[in-house]
Amino acid sequence: MADYKGVLVFGEIADGKLTSITAELLGCGRRLADELKEELICILVGDKVADAANSAISSGADKVYIAEDPLLKEYQTDAYLAVMEKATKDIMPRILLFGQTAIGRDLAPRLAFRLGTGLSMDCVELNIDPGTKLLQQTRPVYGGNARATFTSEIFPQMATVRQKAMTPLEPDASRKGEIIPLKVEIDPAKIRAKVVQTVKEEVVGIKLEDAQTVVAGGRGIGGPEGFKQLEELAKLLKGAVGASRPPCDNKWVPETIQIGLTGKIVTPELYIAVGISGASQHIAGCSGAKNIVAINKDPEANIFKEARFGVVGDWKQVLPAFTEKIKELLAS
Amino acid sequence: MPNMVVCCKQVIDPEAPPASFKIDPSTNKVIPPAGVPPVISPFDEQAVEAALRIKDKHGGKITVISLGNNLLRDVVKKPLSMGADELVLLEDAAFEEGDSWSTAYALSMAIKKIGEYDLIFCGRQAADWDAGQVGCGIAEILGIPCVTLAKNVEFIDGKAKVERVIPDGYQVIEVTLPAVITVSNELGEARYATLKGIMAAAKKQPTVWKPADIGVNPSEVGAAGRRTKLVKLFQPVKEGKCELIEADSPAEAGAKLAQRLREAKLI
Repeated sequence: MADYKGVLVFGEIADGKLTSITAELLGCGRRLADELKEELICILVGDKVADAANSAISSGADKVYIAEDPLLKEYQTDAYLAVMEKATKDIMPRILLFGQTAIGRDLAPRLAFRLGTGLSMDCVELNIDPGTKLLQQTRPVYGGNARATFTSEIFPQMATVRQKAMTPLEPDASRKGEIIPLKVEIDPAKIRAKVVQTVKEEVVGIKLEDAQTVVAGGRGIGGPEGFKQLEELAKLLKGAVGASRPPCDNKWVPETIQIGLTGKIVTPELYIAVGISGASQHIAGCSGAKNIVAINKDPEANIFKEARFGVVGDWKQVLPAFTEKIKELLAS
Repeated sequence: MPNMVVCCKQVIDPEAPPASFKIDPSTNKVIPPAGVPPVISPFDEQAVEAALRIKDKHGGKITVISLGNNLLRDVVKKPLSMGADELVLLEDAAFEEGDSWSTAYALSMAIKKIGEYDLIFCGRQAADWDAGQVGCGIAEILGIPCVTLAKNVEFIDGKAKVERVIPDGYQVIEVTLPAVITVSNELGEARYATLKGIMAAAKKQPTVWKPADIGVNPSEVGAAGRRTKLVKLFQPVKEGKCELIEADSPAEAGAKLAQRLREAKLI
């Protein structure tokens, strides 16, 4: 066990750049590595990843391993798993972190079972126990109703981390680090699950995850027509429209705008929840918002426990006047 | 015709009101809410639905496995009443309090004993611990591929074509069989049990297997087989300081709310 050293972060790249979750993982990893007085290592896997290696160093990494191969252009479990299994066995990190992303959700459990180690998914807090030096992993459970802290005594200790739960470092271009290419050998015959097509839904306007204002509707909106009013308000506030799970399950709105445990995580300045009761599984996606405003006819609705401002009333009567007044205030 | 296995977990009803959610700090366990019966975890019901859609089109056989102790027959028989063919219960005190590791291990050994399988379905995560690891774990233990977060699954020419949910759309993945597929909520609602189904389910007796029946030592499953240790289970404290805007009419309250947000420099 003494041979396991350092914190390894699995980095992700989109459009040639490090993703924001990767910078967050490096920020958190830096803190853990400093507490352990060990190195922070990042691994980048893809077809062309070398350009992003320097930004991993400016974001906190001491060492960056790069695994490049045309077969790694797109994430496919079997190919990435083979690369990560070999890299982890060679690097032997104490701690191995992934983002709770489409890739991390798929790759981390598979790798943990292959390595025979424990894993905690969707962590929102990671700390080193001062006594045992073991990683303490805290994550929401029971649909966000509770939190649980786990640990394990098998190395590497593995965790996936929720998006926007950790703070990235301010990028520092003067930071020094080492970039090490890894030898990659992938047998295409061993890729059993093949991506044959990727279908992306066009986003009109501001991306939900980037919006500073989010207007979200729930079951109380009652149908697709109601969402038009939310769109009008969102446009006025230069924000984006989101939804809790029921409107998505009922196909009133696309699945891609779902906010919550099984959807997106948003952290805007202002989150306006309309006709949303505030089930824990929805709160999991918006509790990082700076200010929650709730409009709901049920005074007992859980959303009021999360909100800073609220109106108890039927949104159909509250919202038009609210929107009208905002128009007036913005014009003045 | 495909042989299918669906893993279904009995959980505390996630739709129970948040206020009824309580933890016993002395045992680090959730106290089941009074008067709210447990349910099959919703994603697992959708996994049953995914299997049934394939059975509707291609025929085949669906075996459901549930793991736990003192499982409520009315609850775990629900997949049978929806149209599944057989129910296997891994039921023993030794199976209790497992983590993803010990659970995936026991389920894999049971699936091996069932022997013939083309497709294994699991929910994307269980509504209690939300870990989302068991499907991937079963695939790894059985040495077969896994496609996670499926919203549509088709069985074509001895392969499966799966639509996998990604943040901005979906991927189409072709996978060789046998394979594990984990099902996401985007698959759509699970069907209701029919009266005929309920009557048929009432007559069916589940097969109950103990650790020895699947060739495992009790020390490899449940609490004894864990690879992660629960240190603490707790409820985060909520401040709950909501400023309610009151007015004579809902419309007036709406306008006042806008005014208040401007004062707070939020718009």
